[in-house]
Order: sequence, then C-alpha cells, then structure tokens
Amino acid sequence: MNTSTAVFELPPAPVAAPRRQLLVGTALACTAATMLMGGMLAIWVLLRERVVDSGGRFPADYVIPEVASNVMLMTIWALCIFAQWAVYSGSRGDRAHTGLALAVTALLAIAFINAQAFIYADMAVEIRTDYYGVLFYAVTGTMLAIVVAGLLYTTVAAFRALGGRLQEAEVLSAHALYWYFAAAAYSAVWFVVYVTK
Amino acid sequence: MTTIDIRPDAADPAADDAHSESAVASFFVGTAAWVTTTDHKRIGRLYVGSGLLALLATTVLGVLLGLERSDDANALLNADALLQMFQAYRVGLVFAAVIPLGLGLSIAVAPLQLGARSIAFPRLALTGFYGWLGGLVLTMAALGRNGGIGGGDDQAVDLFLAGHGLMIIGLLVSAGCVATSVLTTRAPGMTMRRVPMFAWSALVGALAMLLALPVLFGAIVYLFLDHRYAQLNFGGSEGIATWIGWAFSIPAIVVYALPAVGMAAEMFPVTFRQRQPMRGVAFAGIALVGVTALAATTQQSVLGVTFDTDGTTFIKDVVPFILFAGLPLLGLAMVLGLGLLTAKQGMGNGKPRISSPFVFSLLGLKMIAVGLIGNFLYGITDLELIGTVFEEGATLFVVYGTALGVMGGILFWAPKLWGRVLPEKQVLPLAMLGLVGTLLAGAPLYVAGFLDQVGGVPANDTDVAAMLSIGDVTSGSLWNILSLAGHGVMAVTVLAFAGLMLRTFTGDGDTADENPFGGYTIEWSTSSPAPADNYEQVVAVTSPEPLFETANEGSPS
Repeated sequence: MNTSTAVFELPPAPVAAPRRQLLVGTALACTAATMLMGGMLAIWVLLRERVVDSGGRFPADYVIPEVASNVMLMTIWALCIFAQWAVYSGSRGDRAHTGLALAVTALLAIAFINAQAFIYADMAVEIRTDYYGVLFYAVTGTMLAIVVAGLLYTTVAAFRALGGRLQEAEVLSAHALYWYFAAAAYSAVWFVVYVTK
Repeated sequence: MTTIDIRPDAADPAADDAHSESAVASFFVGTAAWVTTTDHKRIGRLYVGSGLLALLATTVLGVLLGLERSDDANALLNADALLQMFQAYRVGLVFAAVIPLGLGLSIAVAPLQLGARSIAFPRLALTGFYGWLGGLVLTMAALGRNGGIGGGDDQAVDLFLAGHGLMIIGLLVSAGCVATSVLTTRAPGMTMRRVPMFAWSALVGALAMLLALPVLFGAIVYLFLDHRYAQLNFGGSEGIATWIGWAFSIPAIVVYALPAVGMAAEMFPVTFRQRQPMRGVAFAGIALVGVTALAATTQQSVLGVTFDTDGTTFIKDVVPFILFAGLPLLGLAMVLGLGLLTAKQGMGNGKPRISSPFVFSLLGLKMIAVGLIGNFLYGITDLELIGTVFEEGATLFVVYGTALGVMGGILFWAPKLWGRVLPEKQVLPLAMLGLVGTLLAGAPLYVAGFLDQVGGVPANDTDVAAMLSIGDVTSGSLWNILSLAGHGVMAVTVLAFAGLMLRTFTGDGDTADENPFGGYTIEWSTSSPAPADNYEQVVAVTSPEPLFETANEGSPS
C-alpha cells in the first residue's frame, strides 16, 4: 500500500450548469412504471390466451361500458395538453395561466378517477368468484394508482411553481412528462382491457 | 431547478456530541443523526451493514439446511418449517444480502466518484432504505408464521407478498436515486465517457433494477389480489413459485452483481498504476452483464438451447439463449480481459500495488464468472441440469462473489467513508477464506447437479422432500456436506470482516491519509473521511483519471 502523502490540487470548477434532476428522475420513474404496466399487461394477455384456448369466454359475462372508457382516453390525453400549457405559461412567468392550467389538469385527473369509479360500479365485477375479477382490478387499479400519483404530482407542482419558483419550470416539465407517460400507459390499458377485451 | 440542497444535517447533531451532557443523550443524538441522515455515505453504510448482517444470517441458514440435506435419515429441523426455511434462505441470499450490498456500495460511493455534493433526492434514498428494511422484516415475519410460497396460513402468505412489494418499492426508489445521480450530478467536465468504472456499473445496475423489479412487482400485485380474494388464476399459495421463482435465481440475480464487476474494473488501473485501456470496451463489457435484466423482464428462470442434429430447434432457441447466458458471460470476459491487459501494460510502471481491496474484488469477479459459466451450462438442455441443485450452486457463486467484491469496495473506500484503513495483514487472509467458502459452497452443488440432485425454489412439502432426498444420488451426502462447510466458512469470513470493520469504525486502527491506495479518480482528492458535503469545492475534471498525472507527473491533468 502506498502511504506516502501527496498534495492533489485540481483546478476549481466553473459554476455548475442546470442539471434537470427532477426531469431525469421523473423519466426514470416513468420507465420503471412502463415496465410495471407492460409486465402486467403481458400476464393479462397470457391468461386471456389460456382461457380462450380452453374454449372459455373472456371476459365471462360482463358488458364493458365503452363510452366511459373512451372518454377516459380522451380525458387523459386532453390532460396532457393542459400540463403542457402549464409548462408554456410557467416558462414565460405567467402565473395566472400556469395556475389555471394546473387546476384544469387536476380537474381532468379527478374526472378520470370518477369515470373509473363509474366503470367499477357499472360493471360490478366480482373479484371473489370470477377469474376475470382479479385481473381486471389489478390492471385498472394499478392504472388508477398511477393517475392518483399524477394528481399528487400536480398538487406538488402547483405549490412549487406558484409558491415563488415560477421561472424554474423544470418541475412543470417533469410533471408534464409524467402525464404523457400516464396517457401512453392508459392507451395500452384501454386497448388491451377495453377494446380487445 | 436543482434538488440538491445543503444537507439539512450538515450542521450534524453528531458534531454537537462534545456538548452533550450525558452519554445517554449523546447516544440518542447520534442515533437520531443516523436514522434521519440524508448523507449518502451514511445511507449507503446502512444498506451495506444491514446486508452484511443478513448475509451472515443467511449463511447460518445455509449451514442448517446443508446439515438437513447431508443425510436422509438425519432430521435436525422441524419438518413443518423446512419449506419456509428454504424460502428464507433464498430471500436472504437475494433480497436481504446481494441487492442491499451492491446498492448500498453504489449509494455510498458513486456520488463521491462523480464529484457531487450529495446523492440526488437524498431523502428519497433514505426512504427507500426504510421501505426495503420494513419489507424485509414483514417478509421474514410472514415466513415465521407459516407464510410464503406454499404456506398454510393465508394471512401470512398475503403478508409475505406485501412484504416483497414493499421491499421492491424501497429498492426501486433507491436505485432511481443512484441512476439520477450518475446522470445529473457529475462534476463539470465529467462526461459520460469519463465516468469512473464503478460509477458506470452503479448506473447500469440501477437501470437494470428499474427495468427488472417493476415486472416482479406487477406479478406480485396479481398474486396478492388473487390469493387474498379468489385463488382462481395463479394456483393459490403454491402457484406463487411459478410466477416469481425466477427472481430468486440465475440469471435474473446477475444484475445485482454489477457493482462488484465495476469494483474489479476500478481496481486494475489502481493496482498496476496504469490508465484504463479501451474504456469504451470496458463500459460495453459491464453493460453486457446487465443484459441479464432481460431474464427478469421476460420472467424466465431459464431459456434453454438444445443441440439437435437437424438444427431446427437449435436455431429457434439460440438467440434467447445467447441473450440470457452468452452476452453476460462475454461481458464479464471483456472486463477480465481488459484487466489483464491493464496488468500487462502496467508491468513497466513499477511493482504493482497489490492491496486487500484488489484481492477481494478480483476473487469476487472470478467467482461471479464461475457463476455465469454455470448459468451458461444450466441453459444447455442436453446437459439435463434444469431442476437440479446446479442452479443453486451458480446462484451461490454469484451472491458470494458479489459479497467479496463489495467487501473489497468497503476496504477501498473506507478512508473516504469513515477515515480509517483496515489492517492489511488481518484482512488479506479473509479474502482467501472467502474464496474457499465460496468455492466450497458452490462447486459441490455443481457436481451434485450433474448427479441429478433436485433443487430449485420449493413450492410445497413434496418439493422439499424431493430436495432432501439424496438416497439415489451417488455420493450425494459428501457434496452436501462440503457445501454446508462452505457456508460455514463464508459465515466466519463475514463475521470476521464485520468485526474488523466495526472495530475501525468505532475509532481503532490507522487513520487514513487522502489517498492511501493511490487511486486516480476524483474522490481521492478530498479529505479522509470525506466531509459532509463531500468536497470543499467542486472540482473540474479533464480526464477519466484526473489524479493520474498528479500522482505520476506532479501536475494536474
């Protein structure tokens, strides 16, 4: 082992550039959540195939309210527009429009949750006695959790952006990225669960 | 916006110890400083310390199960508990030991290597640690209450699944912090091409975890709902092994060995006083080991290949086989080959600095390589190893090899983490002991695998009975006794290492100067131990080994 003492003098660094840490962290979280939804949908497709191959009907006896599920799809993509509007107005220092955009974003997220609750009530899928119940609630419940997390993210973004850091639009960009991911994830869920069934 | 603040515990309560009026108050203040810390060096050490304790417990469990497997007629343990003990052993090897050891070292060291003042999202990283710890406690409690795979207590089975879910969330959160740190908190001038080997392996390992663990979490969501409410789709408690068994075995667990691979790659240039040649190839080699994440994303424990005469089956199977078994082995061979090239080029630079961290990490890398060779052979269906203990042997090589590599990392960066160097004369024999323990634990199971001894993750008592039955296996008893001896030697190694570490941690041993091992990366430019915010001032980096010129030519690069 070298125990000799040496003096290391490295030149001081210039001022650090902005790092977009929150954006990168959100992107990584979205990647992980994509793997989560992808894995769950893969299991769904596998089990569906087994049921169909064995001559069963999938889903057994349920009528899917397509209007509600289609409206949810439109809602979550519309939500992305408002999240992007928040980025646009935030980067221009427009506090009123940023607040309005985030409020509408939150409202649409609540509308999405409400529509999901309507589907649950309308379909009344039985979880204890039906093979379809577990699959249905697992996938749609996870999607619901993603949207609830997005709603919390919107709240935090509103506090941070409107609480004096409006010019630092990174939180708004990261927030918008999350909603783009949520919209893509729901599009996959919509196609697998509500369209191909 | 940046979320790296001045650490809230920069004004560390521990610093006020001198002013504490009593030892009790001092103890509570010090404990509070640790449990609420946002210093990545402490968070990493919490992970590593817990991982070492868990590894010790798992090796003891390995000894007990080895005793049980060594003789058909010898029933030392309660037969009703064996199913849960086998699962505790598997959970211990993977989720309690190898993952926190690798991840903990990454959290403790990677930000230092990057020239960062802190890890990204430090509070989140600490939350991840508590999530993992809480999940582990719940999982073990569930196993103790007849839960787990094939468990008889429904509520305990649910708790087992919930505990796993919590563990995964915690690990994901911490892995996300590591990956974000490498991507965003590098010192000015440190491009991705200049990132140190260990930090690169930490990034690849964290990304692989972010890809692999959510898939496991998704399966657990299904299993939890199905087991709790219906038990219709997934085979009840016994079916759990079918859906998540891959997570406790090769090749999925190889991604957790990545920090140990990076540690070895880091040590060759330091030992042989030579710049790392062909850094891009070394980066690619480490990344190729991470390809095993595909095993998790496809939820497969094995994708075999059959060498048939007309080639039809072979051609169909060969691509996934190469992805699962071939590329990771190639990646490790690249890292090892470049290490040897570094050694060859460095021979003219004077006597190599063979130190205990180098010995630990090199032996660890070789043991992981043996595990990856086992992973390769396991997938060749003509060898008929699938379903045998051969898989457990390969898993042990990867886990214990990783543990050796992480121990090397602790030794190497101990000066920066707590300002001490561990005594070489006492530590070096432990490396050899660890090597013997790993070889003894894993190699006999390779042989027993060829003798068709049944292995795997048991799903019920019938599986356990098959695993314990060695009556028709020639000399089966001998190989199991050798393996249990290996677990015992490994337990002694871990215990002795933890004891030495604790002794220096509490103040004994030599204090370290800034760069006792002659490292070339920028963490060696800060004081030992590193201050709370790592650097007095953020340094600029102009080469991959910024201290190389300073140490060898007397001027900064």
